[in-house]
Amino acid sequence: MLRLSGFASSAYIEQSAPRSALRLVTSPTGPNPNPNHDAYLFRGKTSDPGCQWVVTFEEHQAEAEKLFSDRRLIVLPDYFSYLGEGDVIRFAPDRKAVRVLFRKEANANYFLVTERCNHLCLMCSQPPKDVDDRWLAREIIDVLPLLPATTPFLGITGGEPTLVGEDFFEILSCARDHLPSTPIHILSNGRTFKDRAFAQRYQAIGHRRLSVGIPIYSADPEVHDYVVQSKGAFDETIRGIMNLKAVGAEVEIRVVVHKQTYAGLADLSDFIFRNLTFVDHVTFMGLEITGFTRANMDKLWMDPYDYRSELRAAVQYLAAARINVSVYNHQLCLLDGSIHQYAKRSISDWKNEYADECASCSLRNRCGGFFSSSSLARSSHIAAFQ
Amino acid sequence: MTRFAPASDFRRPVDDTYQLAYFRFSPLDDERYVLTNQAGEYLVLPRAVLASFVKHELPSTHPAYSRLRSRQFLFDASSNLGRDLLALKVRTKAKRLENFTSLHIMVVSLRCEHSCPYCQVSRQSEDRSAFDMSEETAEKALALIFQSPSPAIKIEFQGGEPLLNFPLIQHVVRRGEEINQVAGRSLQFVITTNLAVVTDEILEFCRQHSVLISTSLDGPAALHNANRPRPGKNSYELAVAGIHKARNVLGHERVSALMTTTKASLSQVRTIIDEYVSLQFPGIFLRPLSPYGFAVKTKFYAAYDVDRWLDFYFEGLNYVLELNRSGIPFKEFYAATILTKMLTPFEPGYVDLMSPAGIGISAVVYNYDASVYASDEARMLAEMGDKTFLLGNVHQNTYAEIFGADALLDPIEQSFAGSVPMCSECAYEPFCGSDPVFHTATHGDFVGLKTRSSFCNRNMSIFKRLIALMESDDATRELFLSWAN
Repeated sequence: MLRLSGFASSAYIEQSAPRSALRLVTSPTGPNPNPNHDAYLFRGKTSDPGCQWVVTFEEHQAEAEKLFSDRRLIVLPDYFSYLGEGDVIRFAPDRKAVRVLFRKEANANYFLVTERCNHLCLMCSQPPKDVDDRWLAREIIDVLPLLPATTPFLGITGGEPTLVGEDFFEILSCARDHLPSTPIHILSNGRTFKDRAFAQRYQAIGHRRLSVGIPIYSADPEVHDYVVQSKGAFDETIRGIMNLKAVGAEVEIRVVVHKQTYAGLADLSDFIFRNLTFVDHVTFMGLEITGFTRANMDKLWMDPYDYRSELRAAVQYLAAARINVSVYNHQLCLLDGSIHQYAKRSISDWKNEYADECASCSLRNRCGGFFSSSSLARSSHIAAFQ
Repeated sequence: MTRFAPASDFRRPVDDTYQLAYFRFSPLDDERYVLTNQAGEYLVLPRAVLASFVKHELPSTHPAYSRLRSRQFLFDASSNLGRDLLALKVRTKAKRLENFTSLHIMVVSLRCEHSCPYCQVSRQSEDRSAFDMSEETAEKALALIFQSPSPAIKIEFQGGEPLLNFPLIQHVVRRGEEINQVAGRSLQFVITTNLAVVTDEILEFCRQHSVLISTSLDGPAALHNANRPRPGKNSYELAVAGIHKARNVLGHERVSALMTTTKASLSQVRTIIDEYVSLQFPGIFLRPLSPYGFAVKTKFYAAYDVDRWLDFYFEGLNYVLELNRSGIPFKEFYAATILTKMLTPFEPGYVDLMSPAGIGISAVVYNYDASVYASDEARMLAEMGDKTFLLGNVHQNTYAEIFGADALLDPIEQSFAGSVPMCSECAYEPFCGSDPVFHTATHGDFVGLKTRSSFCNRNMSIFKRLIALMESDDATRELFLSWAN
């Protein structure tokens, strides 16, 4: 597992300086230099582009101190040594805190827009906080222009990203202008879109590759509301989906499978096909053992092997109904063979791992493997295909 | 963690009150009932559960409650979405009505070189060109066809044997394509032919213009040739050779076949299906004879009753299921059409199983003699002397006169299943349709008496069987869903 956050070993910058988003550059002439955000990534061989920021690692510290005594120098510990040209980090001088915001080589980069949320899902991997974090959205608006136009995918997540209101639209407009051909996928609970005008405004942004992933956990409003811990959530989410499709937006429905949802999968897939036929994608996700899930293990965890027939039936139902369906975050050895074709390698690379059993597995290359956190609770049916 | 509320906090309504949505119910068998909502979604419930449900006594903790709610059979305090979702689904089901007529049948010749005793169109012997459609008539028909608002237009050449007037087909195809350069519809042509007189030149023309072929195949050689006599007694051999030849030129998928059930077929459903499987057709449409034309005169129609036909149909359906279980994917197309109504939000638009009836507004016939009929069966009835469904004449009437004719609107209105006695309260009505032509032929009016209607008996039996099969076996339900889409 890659560490995406940590602390600089040392930093030569006044502690009261504001936090900054920094794009790492290695050559003097980048495609669109940005003096406020570009930081020279020094690894001992100098081709100084004259940035006011320099980032290096402990082994080059002495040399860097000499060469760049007039610059803002940040020295990172070795666990950040994977960073390279084009990556973007956030540096907060007061605590010398470093967070990786964007990795050019990653299979997926997600930007957290806010930690605020109007749900409190039992299995939330990013437990919400009721704080004023509007600076996060502003930071994204600063960072998006620093990213390569060839970025293959960008996720917008939270909290509930639509709660930031105007900034939400500004982020999307910024993505439209700077990353017009990058697919942008927003993870939202959909409730804000219950307002048709909000959905229309969203669609009017005009980014060609925009989609929203919205969770529905049950065809039964009581079960859905319980899982997300919010009365009335089901109605608002469904209305949001209907509004989004009415204005022509792309919508994916995300279903996390666990102890509270597996028994209703058949009814849910029937509900989706009959009522929300027009959605673009339905995905069934495995549980990530992080965030609130750890606190609610007794209510949530079950061996995925024990729901494999419910999952198979739901996936085959939707596939037969000609709905685009995928299975995320599941190991192939836990899925019925007939739905292997719908399983995608979906776990972000920095937290994707394989078990010892996987070493000899003939399907390893097709399998999504595990979340790093999966060691906390693992199926007892993991077995290599021979 | 105390931050999380228990599931019971989200349970509503606490007092178990609910409102019944509009729905219908009919018995499935001695113990169970089928319930259908306005969008044609069904649930099967034991009689006792249904009874407590309609008496507002079903507790929200009952396993059926959640399903009744998510399929909008009831509304309660947990959600206010039900009516909007239902409205959306009803609108989706009715969507095709706004497109109006998409299937346009042109009877280019009533002549035929076959002399099938069950012929339902009353074909004429080959040498009488008085039974061919003229170019002038075809031109007028084309002009009417392109006045249809439908974005998709299918022109089907029927007979007799339409290939006996192939020059007219060529003319219509070329002119149709020409008109369509401006009209911009999704235009498709299909020739319904016994393939006995097909030639390489005809097929080459079909290839160039993407014309589909639909042929007749009643089963194995002995049965087919007995059903479909022609000089040379080689109808089967010509049909099979024609199928192969047409597939080679046009592509496998572009050739389809239809069978007709005669008394001789009844004992051979498996060999009939085997014939279709060995010829690599994706499925079969097990069709009963209809009460028109020579089939009535020769008593072929009366040779078996609906119960006997249903035995044949269900034996065939079971055999098709067996084939699927043994790994041979194969469909029964009539079941597939009904299953589309049962299991999907869509309306398949099969003319004989629509309400309002599909006559005129879904399909229409331009006869060889320039008369316009409300359906293929309507012109069959006319050949027997009953011109109830004659809508007009391509030379004498305008589009508005033809499609606004009382001869079309009256039967559609009167036969609308949603308001017909015994249909309006029937749970199977969303899967069914109205066939005013059939009931005119058999009962003398557009509606008929449903207790004696073989249309009703046949379809109700099939609906019940399909539902019972799905209720008894999840694998069959999954297979049926794949047929439906």
